[in-house]
Amino acid sequence: MSRAAHLKYDDFVTSGVMLIIPSNISSAMLEHVKADFPFECCGLLAGKGDAVSHIYRMSNTDKSKVTYLMDPAEQMRVFKEMRSLELELKAIYHSHPNHPAWPSRTDIELAYYPEAVYIIISINDSRETEVGSFRIINKEITVEDIDLQ
Amino acid sequence: MAVKVRIPTPLRGLTNGQGEVEAAGRTIGDMLVDLENRYPGIKERLCDEAGNLRRFVNIYVNEEDIRFKQGSDTALSDGDDVSIVPAIAGG
Ligand SMILES: [Zn+2]
Repeated sequence: MSRAAHLKYDDFVTSGVMLIIPSNISSAMLEHVKADFPFECCGLLAGKGDAVSHIYRMSNTDKSKVTYLMDPAEQMRVFKEMRSLELELKAIYHSHPNHPAWPSRTDIELAYYPEAVYIIISINDSRETEVGSFRIINKEITVEDIDLQ
Repeated sequence: MAVKVRIPTPLRGLTNGQGEVEAAGRTIGDMLVDLENRYPGIKERLCDEAGNLRRFVNIYVNEEDIRFKQGSDTALSDGDDVSIVPAIAGG
């Protein structure tokens, strides 16, 4: 796996540009997190440039409180739709029920999308949420601020 | 059989930055060998030591998951679209 070491943070991120997530999309994302609690939920955000315009709620085939795996067939369909709409994958989100909004060891191990911001939403029993956003490249985590409107 | 192969971002360092490449083979298994000849190092990223597809790698032929076809024995035809798509997963 060491051959991935050529990937650099700078290849994917232009400093000073923040991903903008409009309020309708951020509230849809948080609703998804709450609806699936106490299980982990997952989804994709797509758009162009620095603006997110689409949210895709995905199925967590693990149906687990501690892991997620997006349904591969669903993922393929969504990627195809994104290509036909000329959208780029902007972010991958998932929830951490009763765990902090920070990438787990598994999140780091399985981060295969350097072009995406990894958004992690922690949620507790009182349904309080906290959002963290990261770039995970070559198993290194960089906090990346997003404009959550 | 010449096919088009869509390469995911983390592997593009092995394909000179190209997101889509050509490869040849009668089956997915043959095509992976050809891909390795053209872009050394790519096969070990996709398959384990025994040659089985890694758990978090999905390969599609014309949008059909090869796990639901004949796996690496899945036959290819000229012009098929092959996509290599890493799973999206975590904890
Ligand atoms: Zn996680």
